Amino acid sequence: MSGWRCAGLSFRYPQAERPALDGVSIDVPEGACTAVLGPNGSGKSTLLRVLLGTLRPSAGTVDFRGKAVDAWPRMALAREVGVVPQGEEAAFPMSAREAVAMGRYPHLGPWRREGEADRRAVDAAMRRCDVAELADRPLATLSGGERQRVRVARALAQEPAALALDEPTAALDIAHEMAIFELLRELGRAGTTVLLVTHNLNLAARYADRLILLDRGRIAAQGTPAQVLTRAAVEGVYGWPVRVDRFSGPGPDEGAPQVVPLAGEAGAQMKHGTEDTVDAA
Amino acid sequence: MKPLLRLAMLALLLALALVIGVRVGAVHLGVREVVDAARGLGDPTTVAIVRRIRLPRAVLAALVGAALAASGATFQALLRNPLAEPYVLGVAGGAAVGAVGAVAIGGFVASAAPVSAAAFAGAALAVLLVFRIAAAAGRALDTRVLLLAGVVAGSFFNAVIMLALTFADADSFRSAMFWMMGSFAGATWRADAILAVTALPALAVLFALARPLNLLAVGEETAAYLGTHVERTKLIAYGVASLLTAAAVAASGVIGFVGLVVPHVVRMVWGSDHRFLLPASVLLGAAFVVLADALARAAAAPTELPVGVVTAFVGVPFFIWLLRRRAA
Repeated sequence: MSGWRCAGLSFRYPQAERPALDGVSIDVPEGACTAVLGPNGSGKSTLLRVLLGTLRPSAGTVDFRGKAVDAWPRMALAREVGVVPQGEEAAFPMSAREAVAMGRYPHLGPWRREGEADRRAVDAAMRRCDVAELADRPLATLSGGERQRVRVARALAQEPAALALDEPTAALDIAHEMAIFELLRELGRAGTTVLLVTHNLNLAARYADRLILLDRGRIAAQGTPAQVLTRAAVEGVYGWPVRVDRFSGPGPDEGAPQVVPLAGEAGAQMKHGTEDTVDAA
Repeated sequence: MKPLLRLAMLALLLALALVIGVRVGAVHLGVREVVDAARGLGDPTTVAIVRRIRLPRAVLAALVGAALAASGATFQALLRNPLAEPYVLGVAGGAAVGAVGAVAIGGFVASAAPVSAAAFAGAALAVLLVFRIAAAAGRALDTRVLLLAGVVAGSFFNAVIMLALTFADADSFRSAMFWMMGSFAGATWRADAILAVTALPALAVLFALARPLNLLAVGEETAAYLGTHVERTKLIAYGVASLLTAAAVAASGVIGFVGLVVPHVVRMVWGSDHRFLLPASVLLGAAFVVLADALARAAAAPTELPVGVVTAFVGVPFFIWLLRRRAA
């Protein structure tokens, strides 16, 4: 069974020269972690929005759990999918806890009051994202990283079957970035479908089960990290010379491909095709 | 303190404000007299003053304050802008064009019923016009486009009013100016009933939208991911908040400051959750306008001050004090 499945997906923003998505077909398996990679403007966030039903594709179909995304009532979809969108700014002050508690809205509807189960879900989500002690702080006084963790906690408080995150670690230091990736792997193993957009190729390679590499609205490669992150694919998509190593461990992700971007000059002198040692895998 | 207890406190404040509003005037009445007269007991003149003049006036002030405060809170959330207020989409300008037209061309006095009707029609047309302008720009419910359309329409209505007043005689001019400054002098039970029938259901709709409004204040995309039908919710909320403003303006003219500041006061003291913010703003807005009207009648008696002057003169220093206290 697949989480999301889409076929022949195209999308063009009004007045755009070329489509943001052009014939994209992907399959996001349930209960695994899938990462979408690609350069700026390659269509990652657009793909995510189309999968989540906030943008309507000009061609192609999107299914979530076997049912067309636009056939899902918004409330029902919000109980199934927790989303961490890229940056947002609340117009008025609120505390971290109030922000996380909004994750319960899809379960409460317009009238029902927060019950014991809701409070427990909010507390658990805040502990998991290491923001429990920030509960009463106004959002405006938190650092960018703390606010980002509050947003992840809000999505967890939804207790969703699937989680979609758009660059969730963009503003985080390495410890908190690693903590988020560890959390995503843990959730994936526990059966949550995780779909993640990120620029961090190396952590994606270590933590995601599947990678999707986008290039100007098209799929450049998809599959396991070792299948996707080859030197040829990465250089072709990003237009920068790289070397692909293996993660030397220790850890469960030993052997995952690791992309090392080379200095501009070194790359210019490098002869392509002579250093491909790991691509064959 | 529990939210319900806070609301009960605000309701008590409103009740006190209403009693004060009825006591103050050319004939000063005691609390006892007010309560007796309201029940129809005691001196017939006092009964008449209380029942036919002062009570309907205080109730109108309360309804207008409630409508403007709720409308302001809603616009602030929808437009994600703390400067938003009930007149932001040109409702006041449109209503004024209607009212001034009725005064200057129709020759009605400012408190006449046809002026109210004309003001309401003007307000409704203004809202439709603003949404048409925004739709012509391609994105009907885009907040920035709407704000811009509101400002543009407001300027245009102002020009129309200036033009009409240029050719008005002295009496009409004075009458029109008084209408634009806002007054409850023409209050009747009939006007109260008309406003109540419009405003109470509208308030109920906004209360039901409290959670979606919380989400929209965070961001439209986030709201969608947390289960809100964004476009549908915005359409209903804009429509209902505009209706509230139009009905209030038609009943009393343009009273500024209430819709802008009352929601901010509630937010600063008790936070921004609309499930509490909306009912609290309603109660506080109502009490504030009733007291402002009492002060408008008492401060320079027998001359009655425009109530909008009082709301600003009392509200601005209070708001600045609150801002400074928060900053400290």
